[in-house]
Amino acid sequence: MKDNILIIHPQDNVAVVLRTIDAGELAAAKGVEGFPALEKIVASHKIALRDISQGEEIIKYGETVAVSGRDIKKGEWVHTHNLESKRWKK
Amino acid sequence: MSEISGYERKNGKFGIRNHLVVLPTVSCVNGVVQRLSREVPEAVCITHAHGCGRGGPRDLEILFRILSGLVHHPNVGGVVLIGLGCEVSNTKNLSPLIKEAGKPVEVLNVQEDGGSLETARKGIAAARRILSEISSQQRVPLPWDKLLIAMECGGSDAMSGVTANVAMGAVSDWLVEKGATVIFGENTEMIGTTQVLVRRAKNVQVARQIEQMIERAEKLTQEVMGNLASLVISPGNMDGGMSTIAEKSMGCIFKGGATTINQVVDYGEAPSEHGLILQDGPGYDGDSMAGLAASGSQLMFFSTGRGTPAGFPALPVIKVASNSRIYGAMKDDMDVNAGSLVEGKSLDRLRAEMIDLMIRVINGEETRAEVNGMDVFTLMTVYPPF
Repeated sequence: MKDNILIIHPQDNVAVVLRTIDAGELAAAKGVEGFPALEKIVASHKIALRDISQGEEIIKYGETVAVSGRDIKKGEWVHTHNLESKRWKK
Repeated sequence: MSEISGYERKNGKFGIRNHLVVLPTVSCVNGVVQRLSREVPEAVCITHAHGCGRGGPRDLEILFRILSGLVHHPNVGGVVLIGLGCEVSNTKNLSPLIKEAGKPVEVLNVQEDGGSLETARKGIAAARRILSEISSQQRVPLPWDKLLIAMECGGSDAMSGVTANVAMGAVSDWLVEKGATVIFGENTEMIGTTQVLVRRAKNVQVARQIEQMIERAEKLTQEVMGNLASLVISPGNMDGGMSTIAEKSMGCIFKGGATTINQVVDYGEAPSEHGLILQDGPGYDGDSMAGLAASGSQLMFFSTGRGTPAGFPALPVIKVASNSRIYGAMKDDMDVNAGSLVEGKSLDRLRAEMIDLMIRVINGEETRAEVNGMDVFTLMTVYPPF
C-alpha cells in the first residue's frame, strides 16, 4: 500500500494527510501499520497517530504546536475544533 | 578530483559563478545600466529603486551593507559601479566599504563622466575589458566549509511546510554535517517558535538574540497591521490545515533543518560562524533574498507552493515546488518537485536528488531562474522616503 500520510518527525503524535482520506480508509506511512481514519480528512490536514488525552501537547515537526482541547482518538482529524493554541488561548 | 568546484577570491572566499555585475548606486541611473545590458548581454545588470531619499541611520546602514555586499559577493568576479554624484549612496561614500574587494571594480559617475550617454559608453568599454580579464579564471576544488547556502520560502501553500521545507531541512542538515553553513531569515515567519529556536541556540547569548529578534518582529507586525496582525495566520492557512501560528511557523523554520543555531546575524550581514545561522530579516521574499545574498550566500534553495518564479542577480536559486500541480503548471520555472513525496517518493530519495542537483548547480549547471533571467533585486527599508 502506498503511503498516504507523512510522519515528519519520529516523536510526532500527528501525521500530515497527503491525499484526502475518507472515513474508514486506511492511513499508512513508512513503519506504521495501516489504521482507519475515523472521519474524512482533507489533504494537508492532520490525523492523530495515537489516542491523545485532553490537555496533551500536539507534536508535529518534533515540537509542540498546540494542546488538545479534548480527548482525541487515533485516526481522528486534528484541527482547531479539538485543539487550543498554547500561545493564544481561545 | 573534488566533488565541487568554484572560483577562489583574493579574500579567501569562493564563488560558484564568475559574473560581471553592473550595479547602479541609485535609481536615477538605471537607464545607463539598461543601455549596458543591451550592449553587453553577458553582464549581470541590476536595476533598483533605492540609493537616495531615505536618511535615517538604519536605512542608510542597510543600503550601504546591501550595495557593498553585492560588490563583495563571491559569485561576482568584477563590477562596473554606476553612480550619479549627488545621491546618498554615492560612490565616494561607498568606496571605503569596497576598496578591498579584491576584484576589478570600475567606478563611473554620470555627473562627472560626461552625462548618461558618455557614462554608458565608458561603462560598456569597462564591462568588456573586465569580462575578458576574468574569463581566464579557472575553477578550483571548493571545500564544503567555504559554502554558504541560503534557504528561503515564498508564495507558500499548505504543502510548503510539509513537503518542500521538510526536504530543504533535510538538505540543510546534510550540508551542516558536511561542514557548510546554512542561513535563513524571515523573522516574521518565526513568530510562535521562540521556544523551539531558543532551545537549539548554541549559547545563552544566541538564545537571547533569537528572543529579541522574534519579539521585535512580533511588535512590528502588530504596529503595522494592527488588528489584522492575527492574519499572520489567515483563514486560508487554516483551510490548509494549519491550526496555530506555531504550527505554521514550524513549517517555515523547518527549511533550516534541526541543527544547533550558531549565530544570529543582522540583515545583509555576513556570518562569522559555521553551521546553522539565522538572519534578522523580513518575511517578504524579495527583501529577504537581498539580505541573504549580501551575506555572501553562493546558492539559494527557494520553496514555493503558489509558484513564484523569482531568482536573484548573480545568485543561482533552486526552485522547489511544494506540490505536483504547480510543478506541472510552471515546469520551466521549477527545479525540484517536492510534491513527489505525496506520490510516494521517499524523503531520503528526494534529498539525494536535491543534493545531486545542488552539486551540479555549484559546478556550473544553470537553475531555471538563471536560464529564464528572473532576477529580482529589492531591499528592505524601514522608513518611507522623504
